[in-house]
Amino acid sequence: MGMRSLLLALGALALLALVPFFPQVVYPVFAMRVMCLALFACAFNILLGHTGILSFGHAAFFGSAAYFCGYMLKELGLSPEIGIVTGVAAASLLGAIFGALATRRSGIYLAMITLALSQLVYFLFLRLPWTHAEDGMQQIPRGVLLGILDLDDDVTLYFVVLVLTLAGLALVHRIVNSPFGEVLRAIREHEPRAISLGYPVARYKILAFTLSAGLSGLAGSLKVIVYQVASLRDVHWSMSGDVILMTLLGGMNSVFGPVIGAALISSLYHYFDALGGWVTIMVGAIFIACVLTFRRGIVGELEAALATRRSTTSANDEKDGTNATN
Amino acid sequence: MIEIFGVPLVALTGQIMLGIVNGAFYAVLSLGLAIIFGIVKVVNFAHGAFFMMGAFIAFLLLENLGIGYWGAIFLAPLIVGAFGIVIERLFLRRIYGLDPIYGLLLTFGMVLVIEGGFRVAYGSSGQIYTTPGALRGAADLGFMFMPIYRLFVIAAAVAICVLVWFAIERTSMGAKLRAATERPQLTQAFGIDVPLLMTLTYGGGVALAALAGVLAAPIQSVSPSMGSELVIIVFAIVVIGGLGSVSGAAITGLLLGVVEGLTKVFYSEASTIIVFLIMALVLLVRPAGLFGREEG
Repeated sequence: MGMRSLLLALGALALLALVPFFPQVVYPVFAMRVMCLALFACAFNILLGHTGILSFGHAAFFGSAAYFCGYMLKELGLSPEIGIVTGVAAASLLGAIFGALATRRSGIYLAMITLALSQLVYFLFLRLPWTHAEDGMQQIPRGVLLGILDLDDDVTLYFVVLVLTLAGLALVHRIVNSPFGEVLRAIREHEPRAISLGYPVARYKILAFTLSAGLSGLAGSLKVIVYQVASLRDVHWSMSGDVILMTLLGGMNSVFGPVIGAALISSLYHYFDALGGWVTIMVGAIFIACVLTFRRGIVGELEAALATRRSTTSANDEKDGTNATN
Repeated sequence: MIEIFGVPLVALTGQIMLGIVNGAFYAVLSLGLAIIFGIVKVVNFAHGAFFMMGAFIAFLLLENLGIGYWGAIFLAPLIVGAFGIVIERLFLRRIYGLDPIYGLLLTFGMVLVIEGGFRVAYGSSGQIYTTPGALRGAADLGFMFMPIYRLFVIAAAVAICVLVWFAIERTSMGAKLRAATERPQLTQAFGIDVPLLMTLTYGGGVALAALAGVLAAPIQSVSPSMGSELVIIVFAIVVIGGLGSVSGAAITGLLLGVVEGLTKVFYSEASTIIVFLIMALVLLVRPAGLFGREEG
């Protein structure tokens, strides 16, 4: 299993590295969008899948990072590394605030609180003078990363986004598989027991919020550098809905399942763009289908199918074995 | 001219009255959310979408069939309520017993389908619904002039809240409903058809949202997105007031409408976010909400 998944990962990586050289097959900007959203969904899943917390306000983190990163690049003319760090810092701070407020309640109340708080953030960005309200920030310069990597070069940009996305995903993997991640799953499975074991559960939840928000902020900052636009769509509740759907569709009980959800939903938006309002209807229908029929998501259902096949074969083996001894 | 804190009295009372009108909508919508949550245990994200459907159906009835306001105020809630019953039987029924989070997600998916559907069919721009003839003009209240229609909305909303309260607290149907909220299995054992009660409650709650939509049609521009921003404010109100108490939800809604109106007078920039700020404050001071009894 370990060897096979390593090979799979290397194969996927090789394919991803080829993308910028064959723009006629996969449009590189689209591939970069998928990477940003995949990171966003995996960061979101630290809360949903691993802590059992549904946040309905993650667009606030993604969008704030986009706006603040854009502000550093465009209004202050600073370099992209400063823009990214600012975006991540702003999103993390916001995540800590959201976490501190929302974790005072749980379940659906928590979801409603995060949604309301993100609407507050939406109205702030609508009103701030430098965000240009409905027009959004446009023509944000990409700049030169660390003084050597010119991001206006398409191939350089692509590999920078690829490396930073992979670094972000590696961090998600590290968080989820750390002792900290074990405590988060303990909270998800049985919160009163985690409390009685002496874990400061409230602090763990707020930290999970902060980390998830910070990584969502990395995704938002990368998105602004790729598209050179920060708009109200990035902080809108529909963005929070999209990231929930990506995670649900891909499978929230795996680390990288949301990547598949992100790729599918972005493809839907990308390839069916001409259908206009029908895309929203399709997204809603997928949402309903996910909740009603496969709550484990694509990866979860595949794993379950593999597991039952394996258990039936091993059960058959056992039966053969007992038959033989008889 | 009389002034209070440097604000002319007329402006102040005007905004308070407008605030009461908004509060009336918040009250009717959070009332419906609380009833549905109480018995169906689903936070109905689609409440705003059904509010929009109510307004849109009123508009379509007038445009296509020439059915006016007084017909629409009965027909639109009936149509939307029937639609809600179908939705409950086809979809919601399948997720009872699961984590309530799934109810929120399912109804969110329904919002996308319904709003998207109306956008495909009628475009995103707002339509204008004219105020019915009998309710045009303004009334002199002594201290200010108030459009008659807005007074009608306030009166209608208060009447709806009182009627619903009466139906739940003082009738035998309401007693069954309350019993099914507290102990569904036991109520079922007494021979009351709880699944049917759940279906009817969802239909009824949704019809209330549509009724609010018809009331709003002459005041707001009728567009597919008119409900989604409203439902987020109503969620914040429900967090402040708690879903446990039906009258608590209605009172909180009305109060916050007034607070919003006052904010418009004293610091208009904050009027769109004041409800969310109050929610944050309540969470810091009284995490369970003003009328909160139980945690969900």
